[in-house]
Amino acid sequence: MAEREPMMAEKVVPPIMEPGYTFATVTDKISSIVLTHKTPRGWYIGFGISFALFMMFLYAVSVLFVRGIGVWGVNIPVGWGFAIVNFVWWIGIGHAGTLISAILLLLKQDWRTSINRFAEAMTLFAVACAGVYPLLHLGRPWLAYWLFPYPNTMSVWPQFRSPLIWDVFAVSTYAIVSLMFWFVGLIPDLATLRDRATGRVQKVIYGLLAMGWRGSAKHWSRYETMYLLLAGLATPLVVSVHTVVSFDFAISILPGWHTTIFPPYFVAGAIYSGFAMVMTLAIPIRKFYHLEGFITMRHLQNMSKVMLAMGLVVAYGYGMEIFMGLLYSGNPHEHFQTVNRITGPYGIFYAALILCNILTPQLMWMRRTRNSVWALFVISIIVNIGMWLERFVIVVSSLSRDFLPSSWGMYAGTRYDWMTFVGSIGLFLTLLFLFLRFLPTISIFEVRAMLPAAAIKEKH
Amino acid sequence: MQQKKDRMNDEVGPIQFGSGNGFSLPVLGQDTPTTPESPDPIAAGSRDAASSEVLAFQKSVEGKSGKQYWRSIDEWAGTPEFEAYVKREYPSQVEVIVDPFSRRRFLQLMGASLALAGFSSCAYQPKEELLPYVRQPEEIVAGKPLYFATAMPMSGGAAPLLVRSNEGRPTKIEGNPEHPATLGGTDIFSQASILGLYDPERSQAVTYTGEIHSWSSFIGEIRVALGVEKSNGGQGLRILTEPVISPTLGKQIMDLLKLYPNATWYQYESAASDGAFQAAQEVFGEPVRPIYHFEKADRILSLDADFLASHPKNLRYIKDYTKKRNPEAGNTPNRLYAVETTATATGGNSDHRIPMKPSEVEMFARGVAAAIGVGAAAEVPEAFSLMIEEVAKDLKAHRGSSLVIAGDEQPAAVHALAYAMNGALGNAGSTVVFTKPLEVNPVAQLNGLRELVADMQQRKVTTLIILGGNPVYAAPADLNFAGALESVQLRIYHGLYNDETSSYCHWHVPEAHYLETWSDTRAYDGTISIVQPLIAPLYQGKSKHEVLAAIIDQSDHTSYEIVRAYWKSQGALNTEASWRQAVHDGFLKESALPAGGLTAKQTSGLLTNVTPQQQPASNTFEVNFRLDPTIHDGQFANNGWLQELPKTMTKLTWDNAAFFSPRDARNLRLENSMGSSGGDFEVDVVELELAGRKIKAPAWILPGQPDGVVTLHLGYGRTRAGHVGTATGFNANLIRNTGTPWNATGLIVRSTAERYVMAQTQTHHSMEGWNLVHETTFDEYREHPDYIHEEEPPTPRDLSLFPNWPYNGYAWGLAIDLNSCVGCSACTVACQSENNIPVVGKEQVMMSREMHWIRIDRYFTGSGDNPNGSVFQPVPCMHCENAPCEVVCPVGATVHSAEGTNDMVYNRCVGTRYCSNNCPYKVRRFNFLLFNDWTSASLKLLRNPEVTVRSRGIMEKCTYCIQRIQNAKIESEKENRLVRDGEIVTACQSACPADAITFGNINDPNSKVAKLKASKRNYSLLDDLNTRPRTTYLSVLRNPNPALKPTKTENA
Repeated sequence: MAEREPMMAEKVVPPIMEPGYTFATVTDKISSIVLTHKTPRGWYIGFGISFALFMMFLYAVSVLFVRGIGVWGVNIPVGWGFAIVNFVWWIGIGHAGTLISAILLLLKQDWRTSINRFAEAMTLFAVACAGVYPLLHLGRPWLAYWLFPYPNTMSVWPQFRSPLIWDVFAVSTYAIVSLMFWFVGLIPDLATLRDRATGRVQKVIYGLLAMGWRGSAKHWSRYETMYLLLAGLATPLVVSVHTVVSFDFAISILPGWHTTIFPPYFVAGAIYSGFAMVMTLAIPIRKFYHLEGFITMRHLQNMSKVMLAMGLVVAYGYGMEIFMGLLYSGNPHEHFQTVNRITGPYGIFYAALILCNILTPQLMWMRRTRNSVWALFVISIIVNIGMWLERFVIVVSSLSRDFLPSSWGMYAGTRYDWMTFVGSIGLFLTLLFLFLRFLPTISIFEVRAMLPAAAIKEKH
Repeated sequence: MQQKKDRMNDEVGPIQFGSGNGFSLPVLGQDTPTTPESPDPIAAGSRDAASSEVLAFQKSVEGKSGKQYWRSIDEWAGTPEFEAYVKREYPSQVEVIVDPFSRRRFLQLMGASLALAGFSSCAYQPKEELLPYVRQPEEIVAGKPLYFATAMPMSGGAAPLLVRSNEGRPTKIEGNPEHPATLGGTDIFSQASILGLYDPERSQAVTYTGEIHSWSSFIGEIRVALGVEKSNGGQGLRILTEPVISPTLGKQIMDLLKLYPNATWYQYESAASDGAFQAAQEVFGEPVRPIYHFEKADRILSLDADFLASHPKNLRYIKDYTKKRNPEAGNTPNRLYAVETTATATGGNSDHRIPMKPSEVEMFARGVAAAIGVGAAAEVPEAFSLMIEEVAKDLKAHRGSSLVIAGDEQPAAVHALAYAMNGALGNAGSTVVFTKPLEVNPVAQLNGLRELVADMQQRKVTTLIILGGNPVYAAPADLNFAGALESVQLRIYHGLYNDETSSYCHWHVPEAHYLETWSDTRAYDGTISIVQPLIAPLYQGKSKHEVLAAIIDQSDHTSYEIVRAYWKSQGALNTEASWRQAVHDGFLKESALPAGGLTAKQTSGLLTNVTPQQQPASNTFEVNFRLDPTIHDGQFANNGWLQELPKTMTKLTWDNAAFFSPRDARNLRLENSMGSSGGDFEVDVVELELAGRKIKAPAWILPGQPDGVVTLHLGYGRTRAGHVGTATGFNANLIRNTGTPWNATGLIVRSTAERYVMAQTQTHHSMEGWNLVHETTFDEYREHPDYIHEEEPPTPRDLSLFPNWPYNGYAWGLAIDLNSCVGCSACTVACQSENNIPVVGKEQVMMSREMHWIRIDRYFTGSGDNPNGSVFQPVPCMHCENAPCEVVCPVGATVHSAEGTNDMVYNRCVGTRYCSNNCPYKVRRFNFLLFNDWTSASLKLLRNPEVTVRSRGIMEKCTYCIQRIQNAKIESEKENRLVRDGEIVTACQSACPADAITFGNINDPNSKVAKLKASKRNYSLLDDLNTRPRTTYLSVLRNPNPALKPTKTENA
């Protein structure tokens, strides 16, 4: 048996769903997580820790607002620090949700159904975390609305040539579309919860949120059209948002930032980190709520394959950067920056990111790694760290040493930088725990459609 | 006060102070916490009680865990302890200053630090009352500044100034362009003195053992004491002053000595150059001093003379030296051989930098002298023989137009050799002239001080009057001045600050700032300046003249009367018209000290007797003491601008350090490790022992420092300087000896396990092979004048699809001649003063957040350990025509004007800092916290009303002094003409003693700036980025001796 296992593993593809589920058991299983009266102790512990981190975030932000941006480590020359690193990192993480729910939907990848709901939730929460940073990093955050084109008595518009304005549009569009897509996907399940809820309060709240869904054929028909349209709307956003974010760097004249490879390289990196984050979240959730039947090894394997592919795209990006800088461009400043990035004062970060983002994920070529939940969990966390390091290296190493050696300077985050960063993870987890407790983590109606009994139903 | 004001107006007439309105300062008067006229009953507590109160308060703060932040002065002040403390004593009385925490806190009061950042609201509106003039004073037009001539007294020569006065408050120091001693340049000390005027920590009241008394009670008490002294002719009376240059003050002291014939007058300052004094006595038989004419000198040998350092006495030298090297001016360039014992600006700007140990300077000088034919033949170290031969040959080839200058710190022998060489080379009378000394009564200062201390120890001194200076801090340690001082029965100290000396004295009389009182002084060449006040004393300050008048029973005489009376008795100013003219001009014409037809004795023993060199123990170092480049001898320690001004060579701020050569540092395993915050450097602390005395000092590795030499700067380590200056750096006076005040041998260096963090503004010193500063020799420039553009063709202007923007009217531009810039940093301080630029404090400099709008980049050239020299590059905003900052600002807060300047709209800025990231020159400065002090009353008076005081969270940068541009345009439009060339002078340009900065309209081909930009030497920094800077640079040219290996042509 032991000898034959590899052979078997090659042939046997794990199912999308464990056998034995019926319409009723699917509904029972998923809705019971939400409708139970006994909140598991583990949830309280997890939520408590997350909420404490979130409070730390609020504290750090309060200090920031009261005293000014100087409580962070940013300086001249390094005008952007943790805030922008974290912004790009969170936005990137969000991408996997949209990719899973929209692009995989359009590509009719059935396996996506059991992970798309919380991947989308993750997107929303990550965008929320990302969205606060551009606001926080302003010198005068109370004037952030000046970045929006609104009619005003000053007759002043934003400066539309600035990539930061493009960011405002890209990110706000992304947030709105993601929210709509997620909420529309929730409606049939909210109706299920409404119908199964026993408490009065639950009935009212879920009832309001379900917006009168009765599950009629007309509803379903319009619903599916709408869902497809939204998926179509969300699809270009997967590419556009991080492209625009990369323009924040690529439009500038800084060596190491001013490169045309940034848009595709950023998008790949975003999907890479997003899948890593879905994996990081899916593995403990399926364990804790005993959802191995819905989120099977098939899902984990598929996601690890996507990560492997995206990791290689990112590696190609790194390679091209070095090629351009050292061999092709002939620009002494580019050349210096490329060398500096690898061997300069932040070289250790670069080495760490290569280890995290390129070397470690290569383990996933091995089927044995892809079959090991633990290995995937660890690798996904390493990739998350690596992608944060990548953004740190991009933002800080270019800024700290640019054209005039006289103005070079180092940068390090202060405790408020770290508190804000770790605290935003707390914000993310707080929202996630609330989501796990009050909304169905897995799309009930879509999973039901996956059952063999539903096979007669024509799929969209 | 009223009486005095009226008198002033009556007498001054045309000088126009405005009928007294210039002196009335209602705002400040209200805020002065205690006055002698109304002493607060609580204020009568002893100093001990006050300090224990403060300690208790500090404890209450320190007791809380973690760092305590406070958001406003009110909150901080809200504690009952603090209220009690304020009532009891104004902070100047208090010894909180030893605690760096509270010092840091006070930086905020000085507009200097981070904790005031609590004002989160952008809508901070100060409450103000508008009081219209009942009668409009003549010549005062609201919003129109007036300029008055005055001079800042300084030892070695005063700085002649024009001071801008806005509605009666002096706001900006400018040079006096008509004054022959400077021709308009200024130095960092005079530029920053305006902040000293408004320093809220200056002494504010007469005190007796710390208790506030009135001026009249002081006079009463001192009369009693002096009555006793008079009975024996003042046998127990001693007067200690700084070297007195003021003729009036000299006369007053002489009068005093007539009244007390047995009294003795001593003079001392840290900068005492007894070597020069002794040499002059020896060689000329009288205390003459040399004046150099660099405009006539073709070959210069500097024997450790830092004559390009920022000091009023050097302003003319800098101008003449740099002008001689300006190829556009058509002069034949000079050649400077700079012997130096530590890296200085003079060595950096020289053609041949000759680093050596202090003990070798004399041998080198003897070698050159012998080769010229002066003195006895000397043995010279092998390493210098070629150099000595070539230098001597070169000097001899330029008889009458060469120049040998010895540094103030050098011993008498070197000065004597320099005098003799100048004599032998026929330079005396052409490049060097000798005049009578500036001082009324020059003395060998350290001998005098030694005598005074001995008298004090023997209890011969019953009354000691200390006028100015800070001898308790500044006296060399071997004297134990403070200990001796305590045996004097009555000790009176007159000084600007409640400092180390005042804490040892019974009476402390606050000194009036030079901008608050009448006096007179001389510039380096002896030209008389009348020191004219710009404002009535802000506190209860008294001038030296008034204090002396009180001592000699003329206490009703005001400074004005005393100075005027003295000059009435002198021929040149005895008429009202001539007096008015001199006050108006700021100096008395033709009053420079005449050059005497003196020749040096060629037979002096100094020339032949080699000073015996002590054979120092092995493994010891030589040490040289130098005045600090920015805070001088410590008198400017409480001046935030000077503390934060990067030192010329090291770019360190807020600290001094023991300088080690890179090789010595390797041998001693000393390390300077770059920190992670931006401008922080962690360095090893060493213990230095000289003649049994020990201090600890951070070790700084300085390229260009000679091996085996440790350089220590005086002026730091103050214990009672005020909250800005106290406990910055270490006190090198503590191992200084009277025998070897400047250079000593036998310094033992021990490493310690301690580390210290220093704040540096420029952490990289090589150009990474990029041609940021173009440098070549005069010869190569003559052969290939267009070498810069042949190497790097300028970026074509038609790369864009869009047509170039037409600048039809004015097109402002700036040209900076790097060949003239000596790195003195006067421009940085002038800009800080003109543009209300805040001080941020050491902690913020460590985070690379200094706010200077124009910085001086210093790059070493040549090899790493021992650079050939250095180049200085002032970097203001480039005002790029294709400005990278403008396109990335999301709100349009930085925009281009139709005249080509890149303007900041402060109100529109939301603070994304993208503009700074995208600025390749990194000239933008960001208010990370509320750096500007919005609350201190006296600092409000300091501000230039034409420049916005920036708040937290916005970007700022050089504006080309847009307010000056606008003023000139308004004037020109009123007269229906164009702005004339030279009519607009930016603050940096006006301050520059070397005329390295030129501003003007580049659309006018006849303007000076356009002509400079047409020079082949002109280039744009980072031209390949196609930013098209409006600020351009002119390359550096050196004139090395072809016989010596040319090593200066390439940058490291």
